[in-house]
Amino acid sequence: MDPSAFFTGTAVHLVAGKGGVGRTTLTAALGTAAARLGLEVLLVEIEDWGGLAARFGGRALGYEETVLADRIRGRSLRAEDCLVEYLCGHGLGRLTGPMIDSGLVEVITRGTPGIKDILLLGKIRQLEQSRCADVILVDTPASGHALSFLRSPQGLLDAVGNGPVHDQAVAALHLLQDAARCQVLLVTTLEETPVNETIETAFRLEDEIGVHLGPVLVNGVLARTPRRGPDPSDPSDTDRSGAVDRWIREAGIDAALAHAVQRASAFARRRRDAQRRQVLRLAEQLPLPRLEVAHRPGAGPGPDDLDELAEELLDGLRAC
Amino acid sequence: MLNERAGRETLAELVTSRSVLVCAGAGGVGKTSLAAALALDAARRGRRAVVVTIDPARRLADALGLEQLADHPQPVTVPPATSSGASSPGSLHALMLDPKVTFDELVARLAADPGQAERILTNRFYRSISAALSGTQEYMAAEKLYALHASGRFDLIVVDTPPTRQALDFLDAPGQLDRFLNHPAYRLMTGTGGTVSRIAGKAGRGLLRSAARLVGSAALDDAVEFFRAFEGLESGFRTRALAVGELLASAQTGFVVVSSARPEPIAEAAYFLERLAAQDIAVGAIIANRMTPRFTELTTVELERIAEHHNDGGDAAFLAGLMELTATSEAEERSLAPLLDSQAAPTVRISLLDRDVHDLDGLERLRRLALGD
Repeated sequence: MDPSAFFTGTAVHLVAGKGGVGRTTLTAALGTAAARLGLEVLLVEIEDWGGLAARFGGRALGYEETVLADRIRGRSLRAEDCLVEYLCGHGLGRLTGPMIDSGLVEVITRGTPGIKDILLLGKIRQLEQSRCADVILVDTPASGHALSFLRSPQGLLDAVGNGPVHDQAVAALHLLQDAARCQVLLVTTLEETPVNETIETAFRLEDEIGVHLGPVLVNGVLARTPRRGPDPSDPSDTDRSGAVDRWIREAGIDAALAHAVQRASAFARRRRDAQRRQVLRLAEQLPLPRLEVAHRPGAGPGPDDLDELAEELLDGLRAC
Repeated sequence: MLNERAGRETLAELVTSRSVLVCAGAGGVGKTSLAAALALDAARRGRRAVVVTIDPARRLADALGLEQLADHPQPVTVPPATSSGASSPGSLHALMLDPKVTFDELVARLAADPGQAERILTNRFYRSISAALSGTQEYMAAEKLYALHASGRFDLIVVDTPPTRQALDFLDAPGQLDRFLNHPAYRLMTGTGGTVSRIAGKAGRGLLRSAARLVGSAALDDAVEFFRAFEGLESGFRTRALAVGELLASAQTGFVVVSSARPEPIAEAAYFLERLAAQDIAVGAIIANRMTPRFTELTTVELERIAEHHNDGGDAAFLAGLMELTATSEAEERSLAPLLDSQAAPTVRISLLDRDVHDLDGLERLRRLALGD
């Protein structure tokens, strides 16, 4: 697949996944990858507290756009801001102040089914229509919430019979269901629960909303074999096991260190095996292409890692 | 390491002595499995334990091998203990919170008569807020644990909080509720007992008309109806919320803050610690979960030196795997240092298991790692 075609095939990419799978990091990395192709990127965060900007070493995003890196801008959307903007845009600006003061805005955004989500999706749609960027990447709420977030237009159509919000819901649903304008990218790691949730979410997104699903982003993939050096714990690899014994004997490694080497590699191998089982499950149960991103040793990605991740994603896309 | 041992002892003590344990932490840190492992431990110690999860992803269902978790406690068969010293058999139950069902039950319990309950339960505005209002989940989790506690059926209730920043909002449940019920819009809509057209003067009517233009008049009528139907229920709700708040702040309750070594969970854990400190609530234990295991006492620097020494024949490659895991472990310790060295509470480090926890055996392994026996 041509990476540029992937990014410009739809204007809006909704990145979704369970908490802890690296959704925000991969949103930032996708943005970096698109920017490298010369595309203008807008990263959108939903009611969050600065995780996206932190990936670029910046401070928390606000409602207004901020430049995060070359060709990459970011903004954070809150339903209340979207409502105020919406009111102003519909000739109700005069009443905005009193409506906020009286608490009506709060009651409306809280009490009407899905209205918060509709306001956010409406804003995303407006961003898409304004062609403010070549690629709009949205870091959506954690996947359980992503589902209700994306289901909100349908829910609202049932609850609100008329009025501008009804029209917003119709427009949002059109955006979600149009494969030429919008796709969902699910992020997972190769662990039992995230894989289960990814499979379930994928089917429900397609069945209940009719949204187009792009490739699944698989994060934290361990190399199939040790990245460097042999695998001393692999019993099938007699050459190597023998080599380790020989090494321990000949190099005069002390017993404690030799033991540590063996245990570490046995641990790494069990993790790899567990991942392999999950990859198989994912491949069997979810007929979507996969974009794999390698596990990174260390405690968490910083700004420097984005370039590496972006490069990997681009390679993966080319091979997809 | 002394601190570590103290942490395990504290955790065991919490499991044996408290009536309520609240696990708080970001998503993906293994909080649900840990909550279940703590409840399992209590059951092993002869207590009647129940674990309450809120997570819609059915993680606990995975961990407990249950197909579906109902809103009422489901018995879980505890596998026989392998170690000696097991005391009289306790029991383990699990339930998955359905905030809406819990809310409905509460309304039914507090309503003056079945008619009032019916009016509220069938109201569209109510149906929306009871399922979706932010804070409802947290509040209903607290309500559920209070109801379970009051039922006397269980010695220990372990609550797995939602993976959000608002997870501890229920500490402030009465305050939250008051804010909602004393909401200016509530007064605007209920007025002095009349219909929308009779209330609050011209300005208020103008506002309501604008709101109606926005969301449609039907939706607004629902809201007004709801607030009117709800009248008289506030004091019941408030009394209940106060009781919940008191239980959570009491010595019967222990808070366990869970983090992994990644930056966001650490920030979340720090936030929860602050939040608890602000409410003058002592933290029972801090758990650093999913840590990369350490296989050697040697540091990366020392391993590199050894590797250099053996580099001649390419032998150092054998050390690569150990070095990578050691480097990761060191990086994790550095990231966690502010949290674990804060002395805010006893700490427990739990290594990443080489298999995922998704069955009772996995929970048992996790339990042994957490409590160290």
